[in-house]
This record gives sequence, C-alpha cells and structure tokens, in this order.
Amino acid sequence: MYSRAYKTLITAPPLLWVGLFLLLPYLLMFAHSFWLVRDGFLVHEWNLQNYHKLIANPLYVEVLLRTMRIAASVTLLSVLLGYPLAYYLSFHAGARKELFYQLVIVPLWVSYLVRGYAWKTILGSDGVLNGFLQYLHITHEPVGALLYSPFAVIVMLTHIYTPFVFLPIYASLEHIPRPLVEASHDLGANRLTTFLRVILPLSMPGLLAGATFAFVLSLGDFLAPLLVGGPSGTMIANIVQSLFGAAYDWPLGAAISVCILLITITLLSLTERFEKRWSFK
Amino acid sequence: MVVQMTGANKSAKFPSRAPILTSVAILIFAFIYLPIVVLIVYSFNRDGVGGFPPQHLTLDWYRQLFADGAIWDAVLNSVIVAAASVALALTLGLLAALALNRADFPGKALFRRLVLLPLILPGIITGLSLLMFAVFVHLPLSLGTVFLGHGTALISVATTELFAGLQKIDRAQEEASLDLGATPWQTFWRVTLPNLKLSLIAAGLLIFTLSMDEIAVTFFLIGRDNTLPLEIWGRLRRGITPEINAISTLIFALSVALIVIWYRIRTRSLGAKPQDLLEQAAAQQQEQAA
Amino acid sequence: MANAHSATSGASGVLLAVRGVAKRFGDKEVLKSLSLDIAPGEFITLLGESGSGKTTLLRLIAGFEQPSSGEIWMNGDRLDIQPAHKRRVNTVFQQYALFPHLSVRDNVAYGLRVKKTPKGDVGGRVDQALKMVKMNEFAEAKPTRLSGGQQQRVALARALVNRPQLLLLDEPLSALDANLRKQMQSELKSLQREVGITFLFVTHDQEEAMALSDRIALLRNGALEQVAVPREIYTRPATAYTAQFIGQTNLLKATVKNGIATCGSLKWPTSSADGSALFSLRPEAIQLASDVLPVSARWVRFRGTIQQQIYGGASEQLEIECGAGQPLRARIPSRAALGREQEFSFSADEVVQVKS
Repeated sequence: MYSRAYKTLITAPPLLWVGLFLLLPYLLMFAHSFWLVRDGFLVHEWNLQNYHKLIANPLYVEVLLRTMRIAASVTLLSVLLGYPLAYYLSFHAGARKELFYQLVIVPLWVSYLVRGYAWKTILGSDGVLNGFLQYLHITHEPVGALLYSPFAVIVMLTHIYTPFVFLPIYASLEHIPRPLVEASHDLGANRLTTFLRVILPLSMPGLLAGATFAFVLSLGDFLAPLLVGGPSGTMIANIVQSLFGAAYDWPLGAAISVCILLITITLLSLTERFEKRWSFK
Repeated sequence: MVVQMTGANKSAKFPSRAPILTSVAILIFAFIYLPIVVLIVYSFNRDGVGGFPPQHLTLDWYRQLFADGAIWDAVLNSVIVAAASVALALTLGLLAALALNRADFPGKALFRRLVLLPLILPGIITGLSLLMFAVFVHLPLSLGTVFLGHGTALISVATTELFAGLQKIDRAQEEASLDLGATPWQTFWRVTLPNLKLSLIAAGLLIFTLSMDEIAVTFFLIGRDNTLPLEIWGRLRRGITPEINAISTLIFALSVALIVIWYRIRTRSLGAKPQDLLEQAAAQQQEQAA
Repeated sequence: MANAHSATSGASGVLLAVRGVAKRFGDKEVLKSLSLDIAPGEFITLLGESGSGKTTLLRLIAGFEQPSSGEIWMNGDRLDIQPAHKRRVNTVFQQYALFPHLSVRDNVAYGLRVKKTPKGDVGGRVDQALKMVKMNEFAEAKPTRLSGGQQQRVALARALVNRPQLLLLDEPLSALDANLRKQMQSELKSLQREVGITFLFVTHDQEEAMALSDRIALLRNGALEQVAVPREIYTRPATAYTAQFIGQTNLLKATVKNGIATCGSLKWPTSSADGSALFSLRPEAIQLASDVLPVSARWVRFRGTIQQQIYGGASEQLEIECGAGQPLRARIPSRAALGREQEFSFSADEVVQVKS
C-alpha cells in the first residue's frame, strides 16, 4: 500500500538525524575511551590505559561501589514505597482511583531541580526538619549529618524515583484479571497468600521494569550528589563530570562513562530476558 | 417472618477494609508531597528558608523574583529552546513513528532501540556524547547546542506517543481515502494527520515540559546564555534564598497545569486507559535529571 | 504483453478479467492462480469461508495488495499495475471506515473533492447520493453518532457518488443484526438494479449470496470451486464441498453398475459411468411417499425408520435410518407426529453426482 518513495521519505530523515546526532556521538564517546591526554592535549592513540586506570585506582573503585550501593538502596526503597501505593490504588481505591492516580503522577513531572532543592532546604542544619525537631524539643541542636551525606542522596533520589517505580507496577497490577483473585479466595487462600502466590508473581514484569529504571538512572545521577551529597556522597558520575571539567581528562571520563553504559545495557538485557520469562500474557 | 439475604449480593469488588494498608498509602502520599508543600509554604516566609514554624508570611520574595531580570532572561531562553525542541522532536518523531509503524527497512530493530536510548540512559552520557560531538565538529556551545541536545533526546518521547496514536488509527480509513481517489500525500494531510491531532498536542505538551525542566544534558551543552534550570542551579551554588522557593513554586504550579491538561487530552485521544500507555511511555520515560 | 485472450480486450461482456492471479504471504499461498471474468452490470458474489481468499482477491482488485503473479484487466487496460487511487473502482469497507473528523456530507464529498471536481457539481451529486441511500437528513451529522446501518448507507453513498465502474463490497452487512441485514439486502439489490453499476460482493453467508447475486463464485482455499448462477449452484453442485456449503445435503457413496446406482438399500437410475461415485441429494427432495403421486419410473421409494423429528415451524427435519450407511436427512412440510416406520420417495432427477 505504501510506495517506495513514501517509505523512503518517512524513514530517511529520522534515520539520518538519529544516526548523525545520536549514534555518532555515542560512538565518539566510545572512541574517546581508547584515546589519551598527553601534556594537556587530546591524543588519538588507541590504547587501554584508561580502563587500567579505572580498575587500578582504589578511589574510583570505591566510589563506583558506593554508587552501586546508593543505587541499590534507592531502588529497594522506591519499590518498598511504590508497591504498596500501587497495590492500594489498584485494589482498594475504588471510585477515587483515577483521581489518586493523577495525584501520584503530577509530582513525577515536576522539575527534578525543584524537588532536589526542596530536600536541600529540609535536611540542612538550618533546615526545616531540624527546625521542626527542635520546635518539638525532640532534639536540642541541629543534626548535621542529615545533609551532605549518602543518606541525603538516597532520600532525595528515593523521593524522585518512587513515582517512577509506581507507574509500571500499577500498570501490571491493573492488568491482573480480578477473577483470578476471586478464584484464589474461592479456593481457600487468605489475602496474604493470594498476594504472595498470585498477585506478586503476576506483577513481576512491572516491578522489574520500574526497579531497573530506578537503578540505572540513580547509577548515572550526578546532580543529587552536587545538591545534597557533599564530599562523602560523591557518586561515579561526579567523577566523570570533573574529568570533563577541571580535571581535564576526557578519555578517562569517557572510559568511566562506557562502564556505566555497559552496566546499564547489561541490566536492561537481563531484565528483558526475565520479563519474557515472567510474562504470562 | 423476615428472611435475610446474606452474602448473595456481595459486590465483585475486592473488599475495601484494609486500615493498615490505607494508612501506609497515606504516609507514602505524604512523603511524595510534603517536600513540595514545604517548598511552597516557605516561599511566603519572611525569615527565609529553614527554622520552624514559618512566621510572618509575605509576598516579598515573589516581588524580588519578578524584579529579577536574569531569571526572566533565562525563562525566555528556556521557552525558545523548548518551543524549537517541540518542533524538531514532533517532526522527526512523527516520521520515525510512521517509519516504525509502516515500513520495513534494514536496521529497523537497531533504529528502534537507538531512538529510545536517551530515555533510558542517564542524562550525563547523552550530554557528554553530544559535547564530544560538538567539539569534534568545532561547534561552539550555546543555546543552539542545548536545542540540539533537547530536540534529539526528546525525539524518543515524540516517537513513543505518536506510535501509540498511529496504532489507534483504523488502517481502513487510509485505504478508504486512497480508494476514493486521494493520492498518498493527500491521504496523509486529510486523514492521517487530523486523526493524530490529539496525539500531537499531547506529545507537544510533554516535550515542552520536559525541555523546560531539563538539566543533565543541558549541563554539558550550555554556552553563555542560561536556561531556567541552569540559572537556578547557578544561584544554588551561591546559597539558598527563598526567591528560589518562589520560582520553584511557580514552576510547580505551571507543571501541574500542563500535566493535567496533557492527561486529559491523552485520555480523550487514545480512549484506552492512559495508565497502560503511560506505562509504555513512562517506563522508558526520561526523568529530567537522568 | 499482447492481449492473447479476447476477454481481456474489453470486448462487450467482460468488465473485469482476473487472469491467473496468485497471491502469497510469506510462504503461505492464499490465492492459487485464479481466473474469473466479471460482466458489466452484474451482481456477482465471492462466497467462501474465512481463509478462502475472497477478501484477498477483493483487495487485489481494489489495489491494496499486489498479485504475486498473474494480471487483472479492466476494460482492456491493465488494472493491477495502477495504484489504488487511480483505479475506477470503489470499496465499501467491512467496518465502513468513515472519516470521524468529517461530517456525513464531507465524507460523501471526499472522493469528488480530492479529484478536484468543480465545486458547483459537488453539492448536487452529494445530495443525490444521500437521497439514494435515504440519508439526506443526516448530512451534517458526524459518523460517530450514527447507527451501524446508517453508517453503512453513508459508506455506500460515499463510494457510489464517484460513479465507479466497479463497486467492491467487503462483507458490508456482517456487522448488522439479522433483521436489519435482511432489510439492507433487499435495498442493496434494488439499488444495484437502479444504478446499474457492477457489484462485486464478498460474504461468507451463503443465504445472503443466493438472495442477492446474479452469479456466485465459490472460493475454497484460494481456488474457485464453482462459478454459476444461484439456482444452478444449488441444484447442480459440482463438488461435495459446494453441495454442503450451500444449503444442506445428503452425501451418498454409491456404486454404479449398468445405469443403476446403489447405496446400501437405496437404488436409483443414473446416467453416471460405472464404478464408485459420490452423489448429493437435498433433504427437501425426500418426501413422504404418501404425499407424492409418482409420475414416472424415475421415482424411487424406500422404507425407513424415523430416528428424530425436529420441528422447525413451516417445515420439519427428519433423520431417517434406511440402511444407506448413514442416516438420511429429509425436510418435509410440518405435520403431526409420524409413526416410526414410514415409506419415503424421491426423484432420481434430484440426485446429482458430485466430485469429492
């Protein structure tokens, strides 16, 4: 039905654009990771030094591990918060479901910066939380450890990603045909058992999708540490950022980015494979 | 004698009594909203950000905000970049959606993944890649490079939304148009595009909002002129002032309005439960800072 | 390619010539080298089960698919190499495919407008088309507000207003409920006579095909099983499949020797060659012996036991065990319950040999 001219017309422009401005840049980053900086200049010599530096440097390894710990914590907490919310909305919200759903997605689209800034003002020594605690005489002096720590980064990112994790879980739960749940009750299972044996397994694809998403994005986040992380909350993306800034070593920065990329792609393919196995459609 | 009916009329709905779950859900809701509420409240606080409770409510910070020229320059920059990004992303996104929906070509699978990649990857990677590209072709950093970054990355959003919209179109309508004598070009303008009108508007709204709030990719592509998020960011480095609360409150209000409109339009255009499609779109959706 | 067949040269008598058309989807052969001639002004139906290839053939003629091999000619010109929008063929789609963003009037005017018909003519022709399908009151309405039957008519008007040489109808009545269907059938038939345009109608409903068509082309697994007028296809089915698909029948496996066919305890005179053969005998051809005055030696009598008597209003269906290998089905006018043992009769003229 569609002529060859039509098909060429619709395929060529996006293909060319994406090839030029997406594929090529990504490939460039990949190439940079094999180059060097010598005497302050970028040298196009192919080598693996950057990857050696990455593995050999204890600081980098430590930060990478810390980043993965933070990302894992954020993912875990987001799931622990997002799942009950999704479950409540799907199974118990009744007529108000639509309204609550809109209420949950609205913060999702509100500026990352706005929400990060909010936490900055809350967690600081002079911040709202400390003021609140002192007002209630729960503490008598500011708790300094709240802000500028990995803890603050985790809190902020959890706040950001909980709605993100909520979405696919909610969608999965909505897809579960209610007669299945009724059948489970009919066969004698109580609510907890029904949840563990029927609802949870069927919601796995959504859960995996959301969790992967939260993990991958937390892994590469550099803004949260700059806002609320302080020196102890530095993450691997900050190292990359400084290598592209003051510490001028683009190839090394590219190498680290490639590592982040590899971890991301690996995780995504694993999840895709799991999803296919878990999918009961 | 009164005969009681028991249980026979139990509704098919799941029992709603779950006090613990309800309380937990409310707490989680609170966790999500409280920081924003705090932010808004303190934008009216005379004594600045921090301390408790806020006293002496005032509009001074808003007055200061409206007098702040640099902020509004940044707003203008952001709007220009966002509008241009919408135009670029919608055009290329529409073509990409059509291509994915109707054509078979070598590298189609690769293309599909490539287009969606910016949604899933942390923003720093896309931002740095584009930076390297700009340097490589000796392109100076400016709002132009920012536009390049936003537009390219947001093609993914446009493609996803428009693809969903295309799938909803009854193919027979286009066949009917051809059957009645319209050329494929006429068919596109008279039948396909009008059917996509709502999808285009919804996608446009979303892209605009995301571009206005974008930081991670912008961070590496910015030149002399700031966009709004980066202007705010710069000030944050210098210290916290409630003026930032004020602008944040305004951003929040505007975002809410746009998103609610977007949601309503999407519901109308696609008919199906938006959560299914949101799950598709947003499960790969790029968060502003990612 | 020279016009080897006179039938393709647009000589009077043939509007559309399908020549050896085959269609493959992947490695699945949906149409197998099919040839068919369609005469101008006729109402011809492509009848078949789903998967028989009838819709595919329609789409090939409309131009939404290309034949894998073979040619289609219309009025002496090659049709299959023309793009869909250039063909003088219009389609009424199964789900109507009305444009939701246009009013009824704009829908009907669409074809005229895209072909740059002078504005002065458009209005008049649209009104005329709407009047023809009795939808002129709804000219300003949007299609989503109309019922299925009403959308149907608009789709018809939208196609007919272009005065095509051939109108294709893709199971247009299948989405309507039974009563509306019957009504639309008769309206379609009279419309076709009035307008004089050739109709190519696709359906899986054999009753519908018989009621509407001048000719029926029965398709099976991508090939033509039989092409004939309804009366002939019913009384003289060529194959067992045709006999069973159209109406009901009894299939009798018989041995023929010296002009007599024997199937169990049934014997009848036949002109078929010696050997084993398959015969079709319609239920309504079997009657109670007491109802019939035999007028010739070609009337066969036999005794049978009634296993079932199913009441059907005007007629009843009987299942008769008579030693013919399987129970015979007979259809007789309704009457009070019969005794189990009965004598039956049928004319040998009603027994048709069919290919298996």
